[in-house]
Amino acid sequence: MAASELILDLILCLVLLSLAVAVVEVKRLYDSIILFIAFGLILSITWARLGAPDLALAEAAIGAGITGVLLMAAYANLAPKKHLQNSHRSWLAVGFSLAAMVWLVLSLIPLADSPESLVAVAEQAMADSGVTHPVTAVLLNFRAWDTLLELVVLLLALLGMQQLRLPSLKIAYPWPLLNAWGRYLAPLTIVIGGYLLWRGSSGPGGAFQSGALLAAGLIVLRLNHVIPGLSWQHAWLRCSVLCGAGFFLIIACLTAWLGQGWLDYPASYSASLIFIIEFLATISIAVTLAWLVTGQQEAAS
Amino acid sequence: MIEALSILLLWLGGAFFVIGTVGLLRFPDVYSRLHALTKADTLGLGLVILGLSLRADQLFTVLLMLFIWLLVMASSATACQLLARYQLQSDKDSSDGGK
Repeated sequence: MAASELILDLILCLVLLSLAVAVVEVKRLYDSIILFIAFGLILSITWARLGAPDLALAEAAIGAGITGVLLMAAYANLAPKKHLQNSHRSWLAVGFSLAAMVWLVLSLIPLADSPESLVAVAEQAMADSGVTHPVTAVLLNFRAWDTLLELVVLLLALLGMQQLRLPSLKIAYPWPLLNAWGRYLAPLTIVIGGYLLWRGSSGPGGAFQSGALLAAGLIVLRLNHVIPGLSWQHAWLRCSVLCGAGFFLIIACLTAWLGQGWLDYPASYSASLIFIIEFLATISIAVTLAWLVTGQQEAAS
Repeated sequence: MIEALSILLLWLGGAFFVIGTVGLLRFPDVYSRLHALTKADTLGLGLVILGLSLRADQLFTVLLMLFIWLLVMASSATACQLLARYQLQSDKDSSDGGK
């Protein structure tokens, strides 16, 4: 049994590395995007093999799914003469990546010596965290600061896109079959996304996975012309983009002002606070990601 | 008995995946490749799920796997149609352009 598992893991590593090299090395940009999506899927299986289902779900939904669609949308905006990959090497980039890799590996080595201590600390504090799933407790309670910054990063990405004032995606009229299948898929994404969000407090799942899934549903509906374009002028769009990070910040300020410190929730409220934060973050993530792919610029008038 | 049947079904499913991959790599044009691929993954996955269902200890797990199979079948049928229609369109366009 162990031997066959070792073979599977070795094949996974090999495929992962060759896909990573192929993504950089292939000539045509389109092939590179397809290979990158395949890379995301293999990476997600790798996370699952390592016993990290939360990361596997996030990688499959965001890394392979939404990022793939984003790259495709960017590719559709490119002029045909730019469809080949830039072939000359930038040694600066190679050096920087190598330095970053060495630094990351060096900072991981101390963790290998004391794996139990961190796990033990987290498990001791589980009782006051308000949730029963350790990963969610770390993400939204013990290290809530990191998650808040992740939401801000997403917001920054959206603002950057907004500054570029790219032309909006031209969407072909869909074939009836795709249209019909899209209409079946959209309610399913709401059900599964809602389940992932709800499940986050006791098992693998949570705001990012659920938000990415809902964004996928929104994108499918938009590509099928079922919903009108997401325009930045709609007040509801701005509100839903801001509500996740905004509410998180308000809680952070309130806990600093009235409570024990930044994002140190009072134990009796932590369960409901975490759920509201996750719910609003899911909405923000879903709308932001969908806007990044299919966002519409107003016609300059 | 059930164990042996399950192993047989899993092997058959795996074989269909391998055959589909060989077809994808060896067939000459998009339509026959799509044919090989979609047959292989719907039937292959169906057999794997049947094999796994024989080992499942709960009815719920079986229903969940059947549901996944249905989803994969429907989306692979849709994706196959889309790719084939796209190819047909670009074949037409290129032959129109040649005239």
